[in-house]
Amino acid sequence: MNQRSELLSGNEATALAAIKGGVRFFGGYPITPSTEIAEIMALELPKLGGVFIQMEDEIASICAIIGASAAGMKSMTATSGPGFSLMQEGIGYAIMTEVPTVIVNVQRGGPATGLPTKVAQGDVMAARWGTHGDHPAVVLSPWSVLESFTLTVKAIEISERLRMPIILLSDEIVGHMREVVSLPDSVSVYERKKPTKSPDEYLHYADDTNYDSPIASFGEGYRIHISGLTHRKDGFPTNDPKTIAWKMDRLRNKIDQNRDWLHYSEQFDLDAETIIISYGSSARTSLEAKYEYEKKSGKKIGFLRLITLWPFHYKKLTELLKNAKRVVVVEMNQGQMIREISRAVPRGIDVTGVNRVDGELITPEEVLAAL
Amino acid sequence: MNIEIAEYLRLDDRFPHILCPGCGIGSAMNAMVRAISESSMNKNEICVVSGIGCSSRVPGYIDCDTFHTLHGRAIPSATGIKLARPEMEVIVIAGDGDLLAIGGNHFIHAARRNLDLTVILINNFNYGMTGGQFSPTTPQGKRGTTAPYGSVERDFNVCEMAKVAGAVFVARSTTYHTPHLKGLIKQAMKKKGFAVIEVVSQCPTLYGRLNRMGDAIKMLEYYRDNSITVTQVKEPKDAEGKIVIGVLWETEAPEYSEVYKKVIDIAQKK
Ligand SMILES: Cc1ncc(C[n+]2csc(CCOP(=O)(O)OP(=O)(O)O)c2C)c(N)n1
Repeated sequence: MNQRSELLSGNEATALAAIKGGVRFFGGYPITPSTEIAEIMALELPKLGGVFIQMEDEIASICAIIGASAAGMKSMTATSGPGFSLMQEGIGYAIMTEVPTVIVNVQRGGPATGLPTKVAQGDVMAARWGTHGDHPAVVLSPWSVLESFTLTVKAIEISERLRMPIILLSDEIVGHMREVVSLPDSVSVYERKKPTKSPDEYLHYADDTNYDSPIASFGEGYRIHISGLTHRKDGFPTNDPKTIAWKMDRLRNKIDQNRDWLHYSEQFDLDAETIIISYGSSARTSLEAKYEYEKKSGKKIGFLRLITLWPFHYKKLTELLKNAKRVVVVEMNQGQMIREISRAVPRGIDVTGVNRVDGELITPEEVLAAL
Repeated sequence: MNIEIAEYLRLDDRFPHILCPGCGIGSAMNAMVRAISESSMNKNEICVVSGIGCSSRVPGYIDCDTFHTLHGRAIPSATGIKLARPEMEVIVIAGDGDLLAIGGNHFIHAARRNLDLTVILINNFNYGMTGGQFSPTTPQGKRGTTAPYGSVERDFNVCEMAKVAGAVFVARSTTYHTPHLKGLIKQAMKKKGFAVIEVVSQCPTLYGRLNRMGDAIKMLEYYRDNSITVTQVKEPKDAEGKIVIGVLWETEAPEYSEVYKKVIDIAQKK
């Protein structure tokens, strides 16, 4: 594999990854701090015969990328807080209809228009529960430029495999900072399985042990019906309680059964008494704090960086934190992931949050003060 | 059942349909299916897209690729399909509330882009699915369940709006004039660009009852007696109080995908 070094921002790396990962349709609406992704897609996609369209709003954007994906094209959009809120109904539609697609949310301060140019990590719960109804969610959080690339590819792959929208939850710092990276010239990505059955035998939501059953697209002769109404295996609406339960279980099990391989995290020194847990750009500060603390005190500090925020792997977390006496959760919100983490650690373990919501990155000193 | 149209319907288990007795949506669907059938199109190359509402239930009965999207979102969803598969005939069918209230902004911008879509707007003057509330096409003063004293708001002229927003084909018909309607749908599908057909349709169960317009037959008779073809309108006053039917506007303009193809050529330095 050929590699060359380049100076890129997280947003640029995300756009390049999408293109290398086979995304050929991008529908979006400009919003800081995600706009560079749309700009790069507008420049690059036509070179490859792909489609970039600037829609009239984020509702239209999410619908267009769902339509394009249902018609067989890998698709993506990128947005930030307010646009992410507008997309919620569409995200639910893609979950219900099991249409693969990728939504990048480069977080900024909220609520409302909030802080367009400043960083936050306040959309962790919106990414999990933003759309109504019980539903699964897969949310990945990059902390570097390189990871903006690798996780975008991962998000495309998971979306195609599990037939659902995947959220890449970046943030203003990761999106805008520049690092020297060497990216692979090509990546291999999972291609959505195509049906081999005849249209008469084909079921759009066939039971499959891994929920990765083949998907027919519009225009392939299968004459499929896709509806956001709760549906049967053939896609047509139902009011039958048993069938409704089947569909809801299917959506939940899709994640439950794949929770192990969906869990990504990075960890060192988890045998230490105190463990710092963080994700995204605040994990960079946290790691810095760990090294400084160790240098000063000579004592080890554990470090756990969550890469997959959702599904949250409680069992795995319990196991990783089994030696911990104290857990410090560093995040740029008023305490969102800390609640999930508290549920994963044994009772009696002290869980402290280091939080900041003034648009500034948490400093290593603030983390050190909590250690 | 007529053989030619049977081929385009999901007869094995989708019928009977959910529409009320006397509803006009079935007539509009019939005209659409006949238009498809007479255009001898390959049913594997047609995608029928809708939003949410009674009118939006039509795709479920059609044996083509069908996409029942979110309320108001048929047009942006269809935009994604058409751009991903330009060879497909993409038809949008939905109600006045869907396409003009919650989806009004998408309607305007799709017309402006002039993407090659055929939009069949079933105008039954109210929100049927949710029980007869007033909609953007309810005439001022007419009743809806959320306008018990008569609607306060002025109504939209969809066809005028489509024209000024950039549609290249704008037509109107009624559920009384189904052969006429079928002809318009055929023309609209042939037309390259954003084509809109407003179908004036009866909702005897809600709008008709709330406004004492009589049963379905009475409402159809009203459409028969109060429609005037566009060629019969010699001066503006001829159209007063009438439903003007026929092709109201037609023009030529560059279609979105064709313009985008040029963008691809420039990007690829062809
Ligand atoms: C976001 C959202 N808001 C409201 C509704 C409820 N709703 C369902 S159908 C409908 C109106 C349908 O009216 P129209 O589009 O005119 O179609 P008709 O039923 O009259 O054919 C409404 C408001 C919804 N499904 N989604």
